[in-house]
Amino acid sequence: MLDVVELSRLQFAIVTIYHYFFVPMSIGLAAVTAGLQTAWWRTGKDHYRHLTLLVGKILIVTFAVGVVTGLVQEFQFGLSWSEFSRFYGDVFGPTLAIEGMLAFFLEATFLGLWFFGWDRLKLGLHLATIWIVAVGTVLSAVVIMAANSFMQNPVAYRVNEETGRAELANFGDLMVNEVNLAAVPHTLAGAAMTAGALLLAVGAWRAWGKRASITEPEHTSWRFLARTGGWITLVSGVAVMITGDVLGKVMTRVQPMKMAVAEALFHTQTGAPFSIFAVGGADGREPFFSLDVPYLLSVLAAGDPGAEVQGIYDLQAQYAEVYGPGNYIPWVPVAYWSFRLMIGAGVLAAVLAAAVLWLTRKNRALPTGRPIGVWLMRSLPVLPLLPHAANAFGWIFTETARQPWLAFGEFLTVDGVSPGLTAAEVTASLIGFTVLYGVLAVVWIRLVLYLIRQDLSPHPVPPDVTEDLDTTRTAPSY
Amino acid sequence: MDLATLWFALVVLCWVVFFVLEGFDFGVGMLAPALGKDEHQRGAALRTIGPFWDGNEVWLVAAIGVTFAAFPDWYAALLSGLYLPFVAILLTLAVRGVALEFYGKKDDDEWRRRCGVALAASSAATAGLFGAVFGAFAGGLPLGPDGQVAATGGALARSLGALATPAALFGAVAGVLAAALLGAAYLALRTTGPVHARARRLAPRLGFLAAVLVGLGLPLAGGSWWAGLLLAGALAGIGLIAGGAREWVVFAAVSLVVAVVPVLVFVPDHPVLLASTLSADWSITLQAAAASPTALRTITIAAVLVLPGVIAYQTFAYWVFRKRVASEPVAT
Repeated sequence: MLDVVELSRLQFAIVTIYHYFFVPMSIGLAAVTAGLQTAWWRTGKDHYRHLTLLVGKILIVTFAVGVVTGLVQEFQFGLSWSEFSRFYGDVFGPTLAIEGMLAFFLEATFLGLWFFGWDRLKLGLHLATIWIVAVGTVLSAVVIMAANSFMQNPVAYRVNEETGRAELANFGDLMVNEVNLAAVPHTLAGAAMTAGALLLAVGAWRAWGKRASITEPEHTSWRFLARTGGWITLVSGVAVMITGDVLGKVMTRVQPMKMAVAEALFHTQTGAPFSIFAVGGADGREPFFSLDVPYLLSVLAAGDPGAEVQGIYDLQAQYAEVYGPGNYIPWVPVAYWSFRLMIGAGVLAAVLAAAVLWLTRKNRALPTGRPIGVWLMRSLPVLPLLPHAANAFGWIFTETARQPWLAFGEFLTVDGVSPGLTAAEVTASLIGFTVLYGVLAVVWIRLVLYLIRQDLSPHPVPPDVTEDLDTTRTAPSY
Repeated sequence: MDLATLWFALVVLCWVVFFVLEGFDFGVGMLAPALGKDEHQRGAALRTIGPFWDGNEVWLVAAIGVTFAAFPDWYAALLSGLYLPFVAILLTLAVRGVALEFYGKKDDDEWRRRCGVALAASSAATAGLFGAVFGAFAGGLPLGPDGQVAATGGALARSLGALATPAALFGAVAGVLAAALLGAAYLALRTTGPVHARARRLAPRLGFLAAVLVGLGLPLAGGSWWAGLLLAGALAGIGLIAGGAREWVVFAAVSLVVAVVPVLVFVPDHPVLLASTLSADWSITLQAAAASPTALRTITIAAVLVLPGVIAYQTFAYWVFRKRVASEPVAT
């Protein structure tokens, strides 16, 4: 039987990972929708408008799930982690409050204006609304990532001896936490990948798959969507790697234990190799088999092949000296494998995108008669899931390898849970969230599959701005 | 006025705006299947809230987020103390938002029917749960010396038990009725045709019903008799004028009554934010729960910079979609 702390951690993991399927897609799709509409606004070409509507619809239904699951995030620090909220509320609370006031109002209000406003707003103003939504999603990411970065690397606060609670020292310092500065670009690049891979798969399926569109203008649109999605996936994939490298070096400095468990490096080593995969060894013994790249871990951790990387045992001894007796080693197999699966899934998505882009260069069709074309078409249902897998494994790594701390080096996870909370209560809520989220996932997938099967809609007709705006009634609506 | 008091006022304001704006969202969601006799009429009813519901709901995010930032102890005690009721609210709100947003995205009668049913049920449940939760904590929670509700008796009853009180039951019924009344007044204001006519006919009946319920129920549930009398009188007045007065007057009157409720719940106990039913010493008070001066200054600056803009662009959104929605088929 799991105890209250374990159940609460499991619940936090489930609702947060689930929420984070919809968040990055919303960030990416909002930017793509704004870009497509801008292309239409500047060129007047119809296929840009058709694709704007399609991507915008996927954005709306995705955003809706993100909103309702995000509400849970806003509440759950008080629901399950009230001791953490009481101790760190002064530092942590303002990020949530400011995210809400600054970003959520923008996103929610302007997405409504955009979707229902095609025949109500002048074209330029209407275009501005979707750009405001896109900016709002990024603002939201910057502010809320500061909250997470605080937990990785607590800064900008001091403990008030009188009240025994942490107090915010400077909000600006909280925002420019070095972990936040490194994590935000990494997260945003990962978000762009989710949107890119989704659009690549949808476009390729409709351009060259069994549901291929026969008519020429439709085919051109789907092909454009596939290649745009491909470029987004590839470019953001490269950006993920570069930003991930930067983040890894910051992490090695502020949370050396995290890099040590990522590599299951038990003993401090100079010129440390990076193990691509290993059989056995996660328990501290010599691995049965390990495929290593020499010096790579030292390069990843410190940018120098000869650098010393601290091992788990040395760090444990150091932490026990500083923080008192205790086990400060995270769950090594989870950290080791989630780190590798994160990289593997991300790289695979970027490689698939590169393959499609190369094969369809200069107006070529995807060679569905050749094995490579067949395999690429078969990979399409999996392709949109890969960046999500990479994101999820990345978060699992970041959060589990922070344990046993809630705020690294300052506050233990076991101390954060709500004191009166019972296992029965958390079990009940865990069942409720899991069942509902499962149903929502099925409904969302079926709805998106429905949307991408439709012919590209010519509606709404752009309003003739010389007419009275109120007489046109062609907006998409209920 | 110090910053802590200012933020107490702003928390109450967020709840007031949320109750009024989401109140009619819930009401419209509940009433759409009843007032709309066909696809077009139901679609028209939902189109009156389509562009706004999400922006309205952010006022809840603001209320909770601001409580966390300005009064961490209050946030911690309230949410952990009413754990399961708030989880239930989150679940029904999730169904509500998704059902509404998915409703028109598939051109299929069965799909729309299912979304409509889910929307109506979850809207009524959310309104009832908010009423119940406000009823439950209006009289305080059994907070211990650590400012939290301890586990006593049945494991689920720790937080669920608060809903099995007269105050919570009254709150639940009042919440559903208030949302329905506000929704009817809003639909009367924002539609034309058959939906409009039915909403107008429904509003006075709901007004009288609510007047009777509040007048009798509030004192019985442990509320003050003068508040019951005041609200019942106002609701009866609404019932009297709803048949003949201008629609915006009726809507404004109902909004005012709904807006008074969070004020009546929060303000009379001032400076107690959340009373302990076990000992007055364990109650959570404004000054003790307030965040540090730096945190309060930070969110004050953010609010001064951001909130006027929020109010301006939300007003702009309502202005853009000010035209009444016709429930006749529209040319596409």
